[in-house]
Amino acid sequence: MTFIPPLLYIISAILFILGIKGLSKATTARRGNATSSVGMLLAVVATLISTGVVEVQWIIVGAAAGALIGFLAARLVQMTGMPEMVALFNGFGGLASLLVGWGTYQGAADNALVGLGNFAANPSEFLASLGGSFSSATIFAAILIGGVTFTGSLIAWGKLSGTITQKPVLFFGQNVVNSLIVLAILAGGVWFTINPDYYWVAIAATGAALIMGIMVVIPIGGGDMPVVISLLNSYSGLAACAAGFVIRNNLLIITGALVGASGIILTNIMCKAMNRSLINVLFSGFGSGTGGGGGAGIQGEAKSMQPSDAYYILEAASSVVVIPGYGMAVAQAQHAVRELAEALEANGAEVKYAIHPVAGRMPGHMNVLLAEANVSYDQLVEMDSINPSMDTQDVAIVIGANDVVNPAAHEDEGSPIYGMPIIDAEKARTCFILKRSMASGFAGIDNPLFFKEKSYMIFGDAKATVESLVGEFKESAA
Amino acid sequence: MEALLEFEFLFFTFLLAMFLGLELITKVPSQLHTPLMSGSNAISGISLVGALSIAAAEGSSTLTTILGAAAVGFATINVVGGYLVTDRMLSMFNVGKKKGDKKGDSA
Repeated sequence: MTFIPPLLYIISAILFILGIKGLSKATTARRGNATSSVGMLLAVVATLISTGVVEVQWIIVGAAAGALIGFLAARLVQMTGMPEMVALFNGFGGLASLLVGWGTYQGAADNALVGLGNFAANPSEFLASLGGSFSSATIFAAILIGGVTFTGSLIAWGKLSGTITQKPVLFFGQNVVNSLIVLAILAGGVWFTINPDYYWVAIAATGAALIMGIMVVIPIGGGDMPVVISLLNSYSGLAACAAGFVIRNNLLIITGALVGASGIILTNIMCKAMNRSLINVLFSGFGSGTGGGGGAGIQGEAKSMQPSDAYYILEAASSVVVIPGYGMAVAQAQHAVRELAEALEANGAEVKYAIHPVAGRMPGHMNVLLAEANVSYDQLVEMDSINPSMDTQDVAIVIGANDVVNPAAHEDEGSPIYGMPIIDAEKARTCFILKRSMASGFAGIDNPLFFKEKSYMIFGDAKATVESLVGEFKESAA
Repeated sequence: MEALLEFEFLFFTFLLAMFLGLELITKVPSQLHTPLMSGSNAISGISLVGALSIAAAEGSSTLTTILGAAAVGFATINVVGGYLVTDRMLSMFNVGKKKGDKKGDSA
């Protein structure tokens, strides 16, 4: 019967591969997700068969608690809260891999009576019992990657939920401190690989990895979170890979690599959409307001309009493009926006939603929000498809977006966002910008769009503004 | 030498899986970015396999068992939460959904 678990692992690997393939296409995504969940079930069954499972009570306690928390989280989370949830889950994945690395090491250490200040009676025998220096190196890697993923994700979660500041946290000597941590980790890694009975090195390395996770994410601003969250997603996969090397299990390596690859692709897409390199996102402290001046000052005055006046322009429009951003999520305005779109359509206008790849705080954030509000998928248009026809649109409504429509990306070579692909809202015949105030966006730079001839600011809470526009339409219909 | 061969074998698996992953997901539409991330959250819960064998090992110390059980717990959160929330999200993405059809609405 010993052939059953390996067979199940192979089937499970196939299901994971098919599952993640399915997740990359709209028509097959739901089935893909289900396929990969069956793969997971088989993997668990195979493990339970092969380990024999003598001590069952701890597994039940851990699994029951995890399942309950996971179930409640999946049910209760608001779609606006998805970035926070994904950040936390990235972190849990990293933590689980850290614990697998440490637990494997702890098991061997127990047998050889290795502990803080207690070294193995026969170091080379201990190394062999662990599985050689290959094992000590991979245990170290699992703890390191898992630890960085865990605390990095907690900081990302804190920034996304507003628990800690969204501004980049920079301090004097940051690079020196970071370099010292990296050096310490490298030295500890080499030492531990050769002498794994130095228990305190393992503990110190765990601590250093946890600190490094914090240091890696605090200098990154809230608007760059789509990149960070994708990167941490990738790390959580690589952490599972490292855990797979530790327990020498191909299934963990394969699935971890699939997740790692998917995270890398998303990271790459996000960086391209901001026209910045990953290095720049991670280390420049972008958005701290210290980097790069904003070229020539902007002349003129922004015009503002009341919703009741904006109604007349909308009422006459035959094509309208809605450009949502993070502000729509904050104001929870997605349902009101869909109502406005329906009112416009009933009035004979064609309504589209133009989605910038980095709008919001995570990849695909706007798509999820609008899907929640029951907006039909075929109305969502990607940036590259809408831009060529932008000048034929009667009205562009910018809701809570700023940097992704900032024409400085085209016009101002001195601007920090120069070269970033944007949605050309300024080309529409009329542009409404729904905003609380004239404050600049995440990047901390002025937005010339507000001062364009065809632009009108509608100040106030985005949701309230959209609702009053809907109200105008309803009134006139009555 | 044997350890080196084993490492080579595992590392090849890793490399091939990495390339496979990059090939499979190169052109994911932006609509699916969030479900792809939450779905891969669930998949990275595969550490559960390692966690189970640690928590189930006989005669280990209390600390080891606690580490194993905690790993089982966190990995299970990812597995259960990740798959469920991804499914919930994808159920809202009814492709070609008719306007005014409220079926995809979720409170």
